[in-house]
Amino acid sequence: MKDNTSYRYANENPCNMCMPMGGIISFKGVEKSMVIIHGSQGCSTYMRRHIAEHFNEPVDVASSSLNEKGTIYGGENNLRKGLDNLIKLYNPGLIGVLTTCLAETIGEDIERITSDYLKDRGLTDLPVVAVSTPGYGGTHTEGYFLALKKIIYRLAGKAGKNSRINIIVPSLSPADIREIKRILHVMDVDCILFPDYSDTLDRPFERPYKKVPDGGTRLADIAMMPGAAATIQMGVTAGDNISPGGYLESHFGVPLYNLPIPMGIENTDLFVETLKNLTGNDVPENLRQERGRLLDCMVDSHKYNFEGRSVVFGEPENVYAIVKTCLENGIEPVVVATGGKSNKLTELLKSCLNGCRGNVHFLDETDFSEIREKSKESAANIAIGHSDGRYLTEREGIPLVRHGFPIHDRVGGQRLLSVGYLGTTMFLDRITNTLLENKYGSYRSNMYQKFYQNTGDNPLQTMR
Amino acid sequence: MEEMEVVLLTGLPIEERRDFILTKGKQKRQLKCDADSVAGSVSQRACVYCGARVVLNPVTDAVHLVHGPIGCASYTWDIRGSLSSGADLYRNSFSTDLKEHDIIFGGEKKLARAIDELVRKYRPKLVFVYSTCIVGVIGDDLEAVCKAASGKHGIEVIPVQSSGFIGNKSAGYRAACDALMRLIEPGEKKYVIKSKNINYLGDFNLAGEAWIIKRYLSRMGVDINVVFTGDSSYAALKKAAGASLNIIQCAGSMIYLASRMEENYGIPYMNVSFVGIEDTSNSLRNIAKAFNDPEMAYKAEQLIEHETALVKPAIQRYREKLEGKKAAVYVGGGFKAVSLIKQFKEIGIDVVMIGTQTGRPEDYRRIGDLVDDGTVILDDANPAELEKFMLEKGADLLVGGVKERPLAYKLGIAFIDHNHNRKHPLSGFIGAVNFAEEVYATVCSPVWNYI
Ligand code: SF4
Repeated sequence: MKDNTSYRYANENPCNMCMPMGGIISFKGVEKSMVIIHGSQGCSTYMRRHIAEHFNEPVDVASSSLNEKGTIYGGENNLRKGLDNLIKLYNPGLIGVLTTCLAETIGEDIERITSDYLKDRGLTDLPVVAVSTPGYGGTHTEGYFLALKKIIYRLAGKAGKNSRINIIVPSLSPADIREIKRILHVMDVDCILFPDYSDTLDRPFERPYKKVPDGGTRLADIAMMPGAAATIQMGVTAGDNISPGGYLESHFGVPLYNLPIPMGIENTDLFVETLKNLTGNDVPENLRQERGRLLDCMVDSHKYNFEGRSVVFGEPENVYAIVKTCLENGIEPVVVATGGKSNKLTELLKSCLNGCRGNVHFLDETDFSEIREKSKESAANIAIGHSDGRYLTEREGIPLVRHGFPIHDRVGGQRLLSVGYLGTTMFLDRITNTLLENKYGSYRSNMYQKFYQNTGDNPLQTMR
Repeated sequence: MEEMEVVLLTGLPIEERRDFILTKGKQKRQLKCDADSVAGSVSQRACVYCGARVVLNPVTDAVHLVHGPIGCASYTWDIRGSLSSGADLYRNSFSTDLKEHDIIFGGEKKLARAIDELVRKYRPKLVFVYSTCIVGVIGDDLEAVCKAASGKHGIEVIPVQSSGFIGNKSAGYRAACDALMRLIEPGEKKYVIKSKNINYLGDFNLAGEAWIIKRYLSRMGVDINVVFTGDSSYAALKKAAGASLNIIQCAGSMIYLASRMEENYGIPYMNVSFVGIEDTSNSLRNIAKAFNDPEMAYKAEQLIEHETALVKPAIQRYREKLEGKKAAVYVGGGFKAVSLIKQFKEIGIDVVMIGTQTGRPEDYRRIGDLVDDGTVILDDANPAELEKFMLEKGADLLVGGVKERPLAYKLGIAFIDHNHNRKHPLSGFIGAVNFAEEVYATVCSPVWNYI
């Protein structure tokens, strides 16, 4: 099934970002936290720009601004000064220190530097979480999960068992996180959702402006995660070495329910079912009605959706959820792609794509040049993924339904709702309507060409 | 910068930042600028590589290959609105996607193979290879790899020395200019110098701005030899030495190239600005003056009169609505900042706070001359300072880039996008109307009534 063409030396239009980028997003989901990137000024500025444009929120991230001297003689002084200034400016409750390619290449030991720093300053109560995130070491997705794991590791308290349930979410839109919180609320689940950037990266307009936004998972809550009754992690594609839920299970014995993002009927059922089993609570009527409406939507749209041949790309966790949703609705995934290497995704797809009607191209460690090529080859008619896929529309005329991070050429990436029964319904409508728009847009001229001008010689050509 | 007073910088927690901030007033003090960013200050600046990429990326038919890890290429893929009349190879972001293994064993081989691969696939005449932070550290010899590839393929493969930590964005401009110099062939022998043929430096053809200026000049009887670098191509850049005059708009990025071309090829240069009616008109007049051509001067006057008449009424209408509003400006370079002050004056707006990421001392001197007493001037600002001074000075709008926009909006302040990603021209007479219209659209929007 996997069919990356022979080894290539040049990446042509990247489909992923670098590790520290994902780390920033994780820390954004922690109450009163700030991040400093240990490296040259550019890395942090690029990432801030990317995040700010997607979420339309100010994203203040410090940099140790390594210069030539720091690069040659070590960047400890820069990092210490950076921490001093960051604390003065923002008075954070927690600081994330992320490395970059440069810091890693010159061999900076951020664990040591930060612990020395805290001792010297008498700040041993200030939690500082140092995460090694060389840009060349992995994708932003890996940086995201690794940072979560490190935060839990650092904050894990000694408190005993509690009856709460950990909910660990992957990179989702703030609207999605809010929807998951709502489901948890209506199911009456006592939980710790982590990371929660639903407010910090999508805050309401209010005065006065706060430099450090409200919201985020509380530090005291994170400290309780090792004592929780169970963990539900939406991270079936996360590697074992970076899985925060896996860490909680292996080190603290918290049973792990590793589930896909609740998107599509099956995966949402799985989530709700798991909550039901863990809490013993019934599924309330309004949630059941939402499920019914999703079913109704699926039936109403099934014939339109059946014409869909989709290109799905982005972060592995999202890709898997979208592919499953496509399959449930008769939309045929023809190209499935992710920028990094993901063995878990490969495994998962193997089992679910087997029943597909035609040939599916699965591409990992890929780029947009390859995605484009394969999409064209397989006559895809809809693309689903972040806005870097816009060339598929511009160059190949394949409409793009924007989903995931980053979305730079449209507004509202932070408000896109796609999870749960309700969110899936909205997601499906976006897909179906895009297919319809495309169909209606060209239908008259197509039919005219085919039958009036008689170019449609083979009537079976379009049959699938 | 004389006649400047030290403001009470209360509430500025970082001591070291004080030298970078001034209020125009009575006491004498030089504004500190062109220095490394203060660690942890949350600078809005980008890096050397970014500066180099901004300048070179508009070369339309070149392969732009980033030698480094994936992120650097990912964050700079097609994020700028430079337009092309021909090739569109420049809209791709190519990367050697260095991984752990390459960091340990070196990336030279991978780079050489990546160049081979791209040359085979796209058949370019020119490849720019950008170096990123780690390339310098792992010791890859970019120069040697490029030279070998150049010989092998019979095309130009030019290294751009843009390792992130060697300085700030200005160092990147320099690296880009060095790369461009390597491309230009000596003039005299090969090309006949046409007398009314000029190079236009420092326009990246955002939203077709270089095309607008090209038309103005051609109406005056002046041909543009090549634009650096908006909508430029390998062939056109090669002939750059065949011009009789260089006009520079974005001095921050291009003055170095202009002076090197003067040194090497004897091409004189002059500064111009096509931002706002006043600057545009004066620049066209000055070009005619430089050629000492009365007919050209006459045509310039006609053009100015004609175009001004077309846009004046609209601008006047906006001015009536905007008179007395206060603007804050935080942009990349000094050229932009200076022209914005003048452009705001044309629509009746005073600038109350102004700063740049990479302004040079002479830029700040000009800024100091142009703004009123009490205006805050700052170099390499951070969000905390922008917030503080915009609120203290009662700014109604901010001009800035993508990172500054959400801050302005959260503060309930109007915003003008003045970055490389915008989709409408701000140059020339048409640009002056667009600018006024954008200011009007954001300052006078009904949404502010609800917050
Ligand atoms: S890939 Fe490395 S150098 Fe480039 S932005 Fe990411 S961390 Fe910085």
